[in-house]
Amino acid sequence: MSDAMVQVQNVHKSYVRGKQTVEVLHGLSLDIPRGDFVALMGPSGSGKTTLLNLVGGLDTPTSGEVLVGGERIDQLSGGRLAEWRARNVGFVFQFYNLMPVLTAEANVELPLLLTNLTAAQRRKSVAIVLEVVGLADRARHKPKELSGGQEQRVAIARALVSDPAILICDEPTGDLDRKTADEILGLLQVLNREHGKTVVMVTHDPKAAEFASRTLHLEKGQLLEQAAAA
Amino acid sequence: MTRTGFVIANLWRKKTRTVLTLLSIVTAFLLFGLLQAVNVLFSAGADFVGATRLVTQARVSFTQSLPMRHLPQIESVPGVERVMWSQWFGGVWQENTQLIIQAVDPARLRDVYPEFVMPDAEWKAFENTRTGMIAGRNLANQYGWKIGQKVPIASNIFPQQDGSKAWTFDLVGIYDGKDEEWQRSTNGGWINFAYFDEANQFARGLAGVYIIRLADPDDAPGVATTIDGMFENSPDETKTQTEKDFNIGFFKQIGDIGLIVRWILFAVFFTLLLVVGNTIAQSVRERIPELAILKTLGFKDGAVLGFVLAEAAALCVIGGFIGLGIATPLGVIITKASGGYLPLAVDANVWVMGAIAVVVLSLAVGLLPALRAKRLTIVDALAGR
Repeated sequence: MSDAMVQVQNVHKSYVRGKQTVEVLHGLSLDIPRGDFVALMGPSGSGKTTLLNLVGGLDTPTSGEVLVGGERIDQLSGGRLAEWRARNVGFVFQFYNLMPVLTAEANVELPLLLTNLTAAQRRKSVAIVLEVVGLADRARHKPKELSGGQEQRVAIARALVSDPAILICDEPTGDLDRKTADEILGLLQVLNREHGKTVVMVTHDPKAAEFASRTLHLEKGQLLEQAAAA
Repeated sequence: MTRTGFVIANLWRKKTRTVLTLLSIVTAFLLFGLLQAVNVLFSAGADFVGATRLVTQARVSFTQSLPMRHLPQIESVPGVERVMWSQWFGGVWQENTQLIIQAVDPARLRDVYPEFVMPDAEWKAFENTRTGMIAGRNLANQYGWKIGQKVPIASNIFPQQDGSKAWTFDLVGIYDGKDEEWQRSTNGGWINFAYFDEANQFARGLAGVYIIRLADPDDAPGVATTIDGMFENSPDETKTQTEKDFNIGFFKQIGDIGLIVRWILFAVFFTLLLVVGNTIAQSVRERIPELAILKTLGFKDGAVLGFVLAEAAALCVIGGFIGLGIATPLGVIITKASGGYLPLAVDANVWVMGAIAVVVLSLAVGLLPALRAKRLTIVDALAGR
């Protein structure tokens, strides 16, 4: 059995925009080993976020196969895919995407509402991950009462709380200053190295990419490494 | 946190908007409760339960008088304890203030309406003074009338024999109600029928209505049927009903109350639909990315639909039940204030209809935004498309 956490095989992805069909990914193939920390870089429109969405089960390919943890997620229906995401993936976005009406701890608890955990078990899990991201003392604060870095830590805690094997991060430091960005990236590195999480991160920032164990470059819907080999 | 807690937290996202929307729902359901009670009242069939008095009027309309020859026949019906008759006099005080004045036989009035209390001397004076008049305490207080004064009243219906519309009566008594409820019914007055009958220009020996005091309330349906049966196919057919139903018939002169009420409710709920529907739709539009994040975290389309529908339902349920909750005691207050003439009961039936209205409204205002939330795709929503 392959030790690849993510296997993308000959994936094409097209979008219909008005009367036009735009192909974003052209037969892309990629393996990401379990426990890897991969940075995806490339110019705007190169297909980074599209690839990330496919790996995270937010979108399905037009053709080709996407396997995550050995499961063909490109064949899952909407409901099954939602269940799969809840169990297997944690997402971190550039603009945090927290629920403004909920406190930090309630935001983190949100994915656990999909589990069978009791309220007490949920509270315990939330407390642990908030401790891991260093925000135990801000648990009762709402997002607008937190700094950008703290909001992103809450988002990471929310991504971690259901203990997923893979973290999908779309420009996680794009909205942060250098110092805060480095702290967040350091946290992702810790999660990767010490907790064994596979991290796939899209970034425009070469300094951010330095925190990853390897960097893949996309251009015009293909991996540069793959294009060169062809 | 629970899913319910999440729904409530989202409801309070914009407090001012939520409170204003809630107020509009509360107002609508307050109106719904009261108007539905009016509707039930006016569309209800005859109800004889607990009736101690019946009113016999001309079958065509209570504006038609009945001949006095009906009196002995009505008195002969088993179960009838005492009968009085009254003729609507109306009356205008000073400039154009309408009064509720009726011509009656004083002794019969006293027997049929023991709820009106007055010293014996004043009852005697009423019986013995042809131009005598008694006024309810509320009416007397309203115009500052005192016993012994002359009360000039004009009648637009009944002129005197010389053609004059001006009548003058001697105020010989002021009556009270036996309790607080009846005290509210002391806003009318009574004049002596014998004098009225002799002095008016054209209505002689005619009773506006007969009011029948029963020995036993259980006899009410049977007595009513017997009386109306006696005069069936005669030139003066009758319609006998309870005092309550007769009073309601008075309001029915305004028009088809049920239809009016239904149209008002339709207008209220149509407006409400637009207001609340727009609020929910706007609330969903504002947080498309948040709904997309819910789906990203693993909430299924149905769950997201459920969250939006639950928010709409929570608004409608809270507002609806507060509105009906206010309408219930208000109905009691209106009933008391009207002296029982307009008995508005916001009862279990109205609450059941209110609950149905809440469900329908929740679906009507929540379904479209909820379906929109259900259908949105994560990738497009997060990209702001």
